Amino acid sequence: MEALYILVPLSVVLVGVALRVFSGAAQSGQFDDLEGPAYRVLQDDDR
Amino acid sequence: MSAVLDQAVRDKAPQGCFHCGLPIPADSRWQATIDGSVQQMCCPGCAAAAQAIADGGFADYYTTRTAYAVQADLEAARAPELDLVDGAGMDGEGSFSVEGIRCASCMWLIERQLMRVPGVLDVSLNVATERLFVRWDQGECRPSGILRTLRAIGYTAYPYDAHRHGEQLERARKKLFRQLFVAALSMMQVMMYAVPVYLAGDGTMDAGMTALMHWASFFLTLPALLYSAQPFFMGAWRDLVRRSPGMDVPVALGIGAAFAGSLGALLSGQGDVYFDSVTMFVFLLLGSRYLELGARRKAAGALERLQQGLPAAALRLRGDPLARDTELIAASTLQVGDLVLVKAGQAVPADGVIHEGETEIDLALLTGETRTQPRMPGDALPGGAVNATQAIVLRVTSAATDSTLAMLVRLVERAGQGKPALALWADRVAGWFVLGLLGLTVLAYVAWLQVDPGRAWQVAIAVLVVSCPCALSLATPTALAAATDRLLRRGVLAVQPHTLETFDRATHIVFDKTGTLTYGRPTLRQTVPVGQVAGDACLRIAAALEADNPHPLAIAIRDAVAEPGHAQRIHCTVGQGVEGWVDGCCYRLGSAAWVAGVAGGVARAAVPAGTTSVWLGNADGWLARFDLADGLRPEAAEVVQRFRAAGKTVVLLSGDEQHAAQAVAAQLGISTAIGGKLPDEKLDFVRRLQQEGAVVAMVGDGINDAAVLSGADVSFAMGRGAELAQLHADGVLMGDDLTPLADALDTARRTLSVIRQNLTWATVYNVAAIPAAATGLLSPWMAGVGMAASSALVVVNALRLRKDR
Repeated sequence: MEALYILVPLSVVLVGVALRVFSGAAQSGQFDDLEGPAYRVLQDDDR
Repeated sequence: MSAVLDQAVRDKAPQGCFHCGLPIPADSRWQATIDGSVQQMCCPGCAAAAQAIADGGFADYYTTRTAYAVQADLEAARAPELDLVDGAGMDGEGSFSVEGIRCASCMWLIERQLMRVPGVLDVSLNVATERLFVRWDQGECRPSGILRTLRAIGYTAYPYDAHRHGEQLERARKKLFRQLFVAALSMMQVMMYAVPVYLAGDGTMDAGMTALMHWASFFLTLPALLYSAQPFFMGAWRDLVRRSPGMDVPVALGIGAAFAGSLGALLSGQGDVYFDSVTMFVFLLLGSRYLELGARRKAAGALERLQQGLPAAALRLRGDPLARDTELIAASTLQVGDLVLVKAGQAVPADGVIHEGETEIDLALLTGETRTQPRMPGDALPGGAVNATQAIVLRVTSAATDSTLAMLVRLVERAGQGKPALALWADRVAGWFVLGLLGLTVLAYVAWLQVDPGRAWQVAIAVLVVSCPCALSLATPTALAAATDRLLRRGVLAVQPHTLETFDRATHIVFDKTGTLTYGRPTLRQTVPVGQVAGDACLRIAAALEADNPHPLAIAIRDAVAEPGHAQRIHCTVGQGVEGWVDGCCYRLGSAAWVAGVAGGVARAAVPAGTTSVWLGNADGWLARFDLADGLRPEAAEVVQRFRAAGKTVVLLSGDEQHAAQAVAAQLGISTAIGGKLPDEKLDFVRRLQQEGAVVAMVGDGINDAAVLSGADVSFAMGRGAELAQLHADGVLMGDDLTPLADALDTARRTLSVIRQNLTWATVYNVAAIPAAATGLLSPWMAGVGMAASSALVVVNALRLRKDR
């Protein structure tokens, strides 16, 4: 059980990292269009 | 995958137009050759768009699409006013809003097609906001060319204007999305620390471990509290400054008290912590706000598109004002001293003085004054005022283009602003609720001080936490947001928030006749051959003569023919008719007197009442008579029937003559028909109904309906009708179809019942939970679960409205 004393604080840090990643992604406009990319992947542009 | 879907779509409706899926008229001969096979089309617009797509090498679009395209409009592609866009100040890059994006292939098609346009450097399309960003080389390409390219393949696009598009709503939505995300992450994590503490029986978890979990919860609650909960604290502060406590005050109080209490318990090492409840509050409440804002943004966007987002245009008079020789220019290029013609129903393009003509103007959007005011030559008119009665000539005194823009912005902002009476009621209740709650908390605290001073603070916190009126504050907005969203998909734009509520309560539905129950434009009723030539052939000759004629009767005749012949040397005589050569023979088409001039004699056969007749003849004699009349909308009878079945009294109120009104009413099964009413008499009629206790819903379309639309309790304007009518209506029917109105009534009814269920449930929950908390029976996990369950129930109940039954 002692491992939890490391793991719980670690999880808090990880959430901090996740928030950081998210704010970076939001800043770069990745959430501006939530529908388009899902469509775009269906189109084969290589021809 | 999508090819399979498309096959399924096509199998279901094998008769439909290949491009848009609408039924193909029996006499249609339009087709396009796609991938080597000939496909049937329903109209020249679709055929042109499909051929343009296929010729561009994008026939793939038809195999990968998952939904039919919007019907293409041939007229829209020509639109001379598109040239105005070139002067709108876009230098090499700009955004456009695009209509009619239905599926993935639309996006592919638009981007590919535009990249082909010479000079276009970069294209990207945002599907969620239906906005297109393009960069181009100014030397090689102009914005109007880009818009024309889009229209050629069947998509209508307008330059994007940040002011008009509610850019603020968009920014607010982005920020809210981030806050929501942070709250969600925070909630999930805090819950992970809370659950083990709840699950562990008494004494099985040592104090150190419990403290660790609580401290971790504390740290993860901070972002939710400091970042995500900002809207609530700011809203509560505003309410307090204005001394009108709304829903934000109890919410902020609940969040603040729960956090402060938990922090106190954490530091002192005794008492309960509610960090999980705090994060859950914040997440659920933000979620409902996000839904609400999304619905508002969509409504604002739809309204903007309805107002044809082209730059405000003006009709400038060239030379002598009496000659009425006008040119269409962008309002932003108007100079001081220019003379402009402002037709009835149009907005004044810039500040100016009346040069000629008397009229009444409508300042509703500028000042809020709903009655029109008379204006004489020499009077000043502010830009953005709407000319209500007659055409006037205006001398521009200042080229303030912002004024007209301001009017449109205001209209967009009005969509979704304000609150319906029911929501206001909930807000007022919340105000009292706060006071009562604070009293109750103090009472519980004092009472527990007598019984068990150690638990008094804990109980007080529990009361505040459990009663945070989460469910109560979610009950109406989620339901309204879901309903607005659904209505928009059905083609009804609810501009005023009270629309649904009042529409449900309405006892009388009053329809205007022309343009509302009927098309408001003539359609060909019958062709009566009176000579040797068959009716069909006569009609083809007539359509050939009327080619390119903008007169409504000419359009009606053209619309009735699939493939007109070709006429030469067409000569038009105003007020009489046209003359021209078809297949080597000279024909005249027009009034009886005009045709008699070539055919000789007099017209035979009486003309049926209520119709306009156009004659065709040549030197050999009379050939045919075409009877044209305003056509009844095919769906009108069913819509009227549905309103009657719903227990509403349907009334027809028309400015047209009594017998015409009566005739239409009889066809539709409307028992009360009142004709021959002037605009103010219409208003009087509605006022009288209201005095008798009726709640009146009015449906109209014209300039003459504006007054009665704003006078009725709730009103709807037709999307194809006058802009002035739309400004005064509470809702707008986006398409040229009445059916959505009947759907709107169903939706209104269901929305109101969902709101009532939600409010009832929220009240029951609070009534049950607060005494339990006050008596100390509620543990933190029960409070959390109860709060979450009650809120989730309310939201899920509201979301049922989005689904079609």
